[in-house]
Amino acid sequence: MGGIIEFRHLTKSYGQTEVFRNLDLDISPGVTTGLVGESGCGKSTLLQLINGLERPDRGTVQTFGEPVPVNGLASFRRRIGYAVQGTGLFPHMSVARNISLLGELEGWSDARIRARTGTLMNLMALDGELTSRYPHELSGGQQQRVGICRAMFLQPDILLLDEPFSGVDPLTRADIHEQFLKLMGSESTTVVLVTHDMSEAVVLADEIIVIRDGAIVQQGPVERIRQSADAYVARLFGRGRAS
Amino acid sequence: MSTVRSSLKHPPAAPRAGREGRRAGGSPRRKPRTAARVVLLLAGLCASLTAIAQTRPIVIGSKMFTEGYLLAEMMAQVLEERGFEVRRRTGLGGTLVAFQALVSGEIDAYPEYTGTLTQAILEVEGELGEEELNARLAPLGAELLAPLGFNNTYAIAVTGETASRFGLERISDLAALPQLRFGFSHEFRDRADGWPGLQQRYGLPQTSSGIGHGLAYLALLEGDIDATDAYSTDGDLLRYDLRVLEDDLGFFPAYLAAPLVRADLAPDVKETLSALTNRLDDETMRALNAEVAVEERTFAQVARSFLLAQGLVTSGETRAPTLWETLGRNTLTHLKLTAIAVLAACVVGVGLALLVYRSPALSAGVLYVAGLLQTIPSIALLALMIPLAGVGQVPAIIALFLYSLLPIARNTITALITIDPLLRRVTRALGLSEREQLRHVYVPLALPHMLAGVRIAAVVSIGTATLAAFIGAGGLGEPIVTGLALNDTSLILQGAIPAALLALAAELFFELLERWLVPRHLVSQPAM
Repeated sequence: MGGIIEFRHLTKSYGQTEVFRNLDLDISPGVTTGLVGESGCGKSTLLQLINGLERPDRGTVQTFGEPVPVNGLASFRRRIGYAVQGTGLFPHMSVARNISLLGELEGWSDARIRARTGTLMNLMALDGELTSRYPHELSGGQQQRVGICRAMFLQPDILLLDEPFSGVDPLTRADIHEQFLKLMGSESTTVVLVTHDMSEAVVLADEIIVIRDGAIVQQGPVERIRQSADAYVARLFGRGRAS
Repeated sequence: MSTVRSSLKHPPAAPRAGREGRRAGGSPRRKPRTAARVVLLLAGLCASLTAIAQTRPIVIGSKMFTEGYLLAEMMAQVLEERGFEVRRRTGLGGTLVAFQALVSGEIDAYPEYTGTLTQAILEVEGELGEEELNARLAPLGAELLAPLGFNNTYAIAVTGETASRFGLERISDLAALPQLRFGFSHEFRDRADGWPGLQQRYGLPQTSSGIGHGLAYLALLEGDIDATDAYSTDGDLLRYDLRVLEDDLGFFPAYLAAPLVRADLAPDVKETLSALTNRLDDETMRALNAEVAVEERTFAQVARSFLLAQGLVTSGETRAPTLWETLGRNTLTHLKLTAIAVLAACVVGVGLALLVYRSPALSAGVLYVAGLLQTIPSIALLALMIPLAGVGQVPAIIALFLYSLLPIARNTITALITIDPLLRRVTRALGLSEREQLRHVYVPLALPHMLAGVRIAAVVSIGTATLAAFIGAGGLGEPIVTGLALNDTSLILQGAIPAALLALAAELFFELLERWLVPRHLVSQPAM
């Protein structure tokens, strides 16, 4: 069976630098896949190829069994949530409006918008008081939770996460991980999580793909990756240096 | 549909178009009914505009010096006496502006001088007689009526004391007095029909120094110089009791004043203006000019009492507007000029910015052109407008519009291209269409900068619009221009103070607008 997202013979370069050459990759539906690798390995580019922010030089990217469209990108992207490190929250909008803008654009009723906003904020442990605040009035952790709520507002089929939990202290991060798992428990979404942190991938993902220099080093269920003897994978787990 | 098309071809036939349109509306297709209504409306509009044009008042213009204003006022008042409706468009920025205004139909008549027409307009060497002048003006659509009677040419003026000490009466008397010191205006020293020619013709042994015209009389009174150039009907000659030396060799060309009118002006209008023919000699004109300069009476008052004495008007009542009326009218005109220009610049500037901001090359191009426009000195831009758009409010609005484009376009483009790239990526990734991206994210974020640009444009336009009076656009520049021409500070302040207040009010308005439209934490960002 193919994946909900399929890369075939993908080649992508930035200027002279080739990021991927002839890559094949399937992402399974309904699970959380962690794309793990060091900075610059091309994992963020993979995410942006899925929602059409980037285009392949050669090869194809299929999402929902179709090539990424050229026209009608906006409605295509509304089926794909996106949250990113640094959050990119709209500074001129309140927390509530940041979260619910897409619902507003989809023409949802006020009641439906309020209900969905409440549900998401509740799952991500965001106090109702925060709805009227602006992003700059929130802590880093709160901003990241708002970013997740925004990405999940339309109950997308796919959620793309680009290091969305980095840059906060470990305790806060553990809290957010917990809330995120709770959220995923109540929504059935295919998640692609990009992270450089193997331990985060282990906590959040069902499957892990390890990427190095634009190529797949290992791919499989968390348990198998955890026990991998590969030296690079071991190093990502922090075992290489410890032993 | 054919009925509609045919009625479009004949917009003045409004009633017929309406009937046919209604009949068409009765058919199953409903669209023509709306179209017919539009045609009817347009036809009605055309008809009423034509009607307005037909009862259009006669517009009297003037250049900006005392005598010009006074003669224009006389022309206006004799016309009003005969029941014509008159509009005054005085204080035009110079001969070329006034003449262009006449030719383009912005004004119908203004006082002009034969010598000026010959040299500045027709650019002919030597002098032309009245008939020859009119023969050359005819192709331009202008006509010079019979002269008013006086000759406002160059003159050499000395103090009464100097005249009696040396027994001076004629310019040729100067040849025997090499010890006299001459101070001439810079223009007079340069012009062929000024000092160089004069010196040659009369064989004058003196040298001359340059001095500003306004200062020359004071220098004369204080004895720093002994003789200067003057205009022969200058009221200041009377004020300072100066003597004009007779041009006994007939060197200076004639500057006979006469109403210059559009050739297509109705004959009864020309006839009415001709009532002023030969009513004013040099001395009378000088006295009237002095009444304005020395006794500080208004142009309207001085013109009225003269016309009354001449039996050209029957009542001493002038219809001169009060200070507050003038102030109100000028302020409204000023606001209209700047508001239309800035609003148009907002639409075009923001529109242009939204069109090009994605392309660095196009953005740079737009900013370059707008910046280039900005470097043209405002008075030069206004002057450049004359051949393109004539004189009056339209070219002034165009010029102000061009000036306002840069700050608005620049601030909008800058604001749009400096939006955080991450924010842009997220906005696209979340599935906002291009229109939604602009409407919900980019424009609101750019708004503080955009408002700052509009604010700059508005404040600068309010200032620059005072210069628009030079090309006959009116507004608060009108009293400033007149005041400068008359050296009348109170008149200057009548324009300058409201203009300054207006600029302050604009600042305040945009401050409030920004507070209302932009969340507080975004306002605190530095606004260019």
